[in-house]
Amino acid sequence: MFQYILSRLLYTFPIAIGVSLIVFALVHLAPGDPLSAVMGEVDQTMIAEMRASFGYDKPLPLQYMTWLGSVASGELGYSLRSGQAVLEILLSAAANTIALGVLASLLGFSVGIAAGMFAGYRNGTWLDKVVSASAIAGVSMPHYWLAIVLVIVFSVEWGLLPAVGAGSASSMFSWESFQHMILPTIALSAIPCAIVARTTRACVMEILSMEFVEALRARGLSESRITLHVTRNALPTVLAVMGLQFANLLGGSILVETVFAWPGTGSVLNQAIFDRDIPVLQGTILLLAMFFVVTNLVIDILQTWADPRVSRH
Amino acid sequence: MSNSEQSTVRVSLDTPGAVGSAPGMDVPVGYAQARSYWRGVFHRVLRDRVTIGCTLVLGLLVFLAIAAPVLPLIDPDVANSGDRLLPIGSPGHLLGTDELGRDMLSRLIHGARLSLLMGVGPVAVALLVGGVLGLTAGYLGGRTNMIIMRITDVFYAFPSILLAVAIAGALGAGITNALVAITIVFIPPITRVVESVTTQLRSMDFIDAARASGASTFSIIRTHILGNVLGPVLVYATVLVSVAIVIAAGLSFIGLGASPPEAEWGLMLNTLRQSIFLAPWISLLPGLMIFITSMCFNLISDGLRSAMDVRY
Repeated sequence: MFQYILSRLLYTFPIAIGVSLIVFALVHLAPGDPLSAVMGEVDQTMIAEMRASFGYDKPLPLQYMTWLGSVASGELGYSLRSGQAVLEILLSAAANTIALGVLASLLGFSVGIAAGMFAGYRNGTWLDKVVSASAIAGVSMPHYWLAIVLVIVFSVEWGLLPAVGAGSASSMFSWESFQHMILPTIALSAIPCAIVARTTRACVMEILSMEFVEALRARGLSESRITLHVTRNALPTVLAVMGLQFANLLGGSILVETVFAWPGTGSVLNQAIFDRDIPVLQGTILLLAMFFVVTNLVIDILQTWADPRVSRH
Repeated sequence: MSNSEQSTVRVSLDTPGAVGSAPGMDVPVGYAQARSYWRGVFHRVLRDRVTIGCTLVLGLLVFLAIAAPVLPLIDPDVANSGDRLLPIGSPGHLLGTDELGRDMLSRLIHGARLSLLMGVGPVAVALLVGGVLGLTAGYLGGRTNMIIMRITDVFYAFPSILLAVAIAGALGAGITNALVAITIVFIPPITRVVESVTTQLRSMDFIDAARASGASTFSIIRTHILGNVLGPVLVYATVLVSVAIVIAAGLSFIGLGASPPEAEWGLMLNTLRQSIFLAPWISLLPGLMIFITSMCFNLISDGLRSAMDVRY
């Protein structure tokens, strides 16, 4: 198992390098010069000077190496627009995104697992059909649309909850902040909830049809003990799916964040794209992709713990 | 199932992003699927009311989209400031009007053209490119496989929405750029599915037998591999279309795909968002269209999966 974890850790390096290459290449695919887009019609000599100071006049491979070197030492550069350090912008935004991601995961996973277990046990009943149909709807639903539906129902029609923003409270743990997080959390939790419910249901059904469950019943174990065995066996698969969904919540929240004007990484990314703010753009995409890589790594390791068979093949 | 000799192979399917990810998929392999197999699939699909219903809905939508210019609809681009945000059911405007007084019914139908194209087009191209890459990697194995699959792995390090937004954002707004971005997002998952089925097939006895009897690589792929790969890939691609439609509209929604005054569901959802206090229900219509279309593709995929006995 230790060997597996080690090899998995080592494998993360080439992936991380590949990710950094894609992020770098993406930004340089962009047509036009990053600086002229920001500075507009100004003196050419000034642009040339700026270009030299940002290093944009060097050949691309050299730029990449310089960038990678500074990224490795935690230096992500400065925003072309505001001059603020990219790392600083990202840290506060990431905290907001992670807060939503964690809440949405808690909500989505608990509802999804419960619904999936019920449906799996009551296979073929109306309850199962309701869960399966809702799960398909949840997977197909454009979650940014769900966000608007929630705003219309809870903010416009009933006036219960704030429609946008994060509130003005200084602490994230105040009632005001919490109120602002309710709708985005629900909107974000729909997809993970549906996917976890589908996976759990399929897993539970498969395990219940296995012979060892029959054997446990024959030995006279109580239903609750059997459920324990079923849970234990479903855990690795469901865990893997949950991890992937959590990583998706962190990296893919841009659309919902846009609807709610939530000050997270998604909003930063959106702003950077339209400002053509290259350092911020690079930094945000890199950070989000790294979230994803690290989460996947953690899940793989957790999986070897939950299911020792994984590390053996 | 017409053939009892098939075996089942577990295919790992770690789908990226919002793709309805399932941990594994049981793919029936082990024989070049005979014509009678496809006939069986067809008959099973015909008996599946949900799949037939969804196919009819999508068929109607495609028909309306294609026929939109000749249908007796109000011009979707004609604004009328006197008729702004008329409610659903207004005389002359069955589904009301948008924030500029343009007819919603007409815009929704015209919007289907772009929205469907942006969902189906990229998956079709990705199917071609990913199919070739996956077949190459799976059939040749060795170093070719390693190079192709490791590059695929790197793309898996991005959530699909992030990758689409990043590529479209880097290329700049516009439909073509959005199409390119979504296509790139879907090439890796298709490559992975095709590769894993092909790799499983390659080690089967009947492929060795075909090779021993002098069949060329091309004819082995055409007669023995393609037929077996087609089923699972078709099921998977249908799910991907449902995801692609949501992501494509999402790109337009944040201003990266279609641009005003084009009729496109995601863009319409975005512009109508400013009016949710005045006309909340009208602003939900474009999203409802995205939802229905995506759901139909998802349900059809479910139907195909059980008809072809491809199990997630």
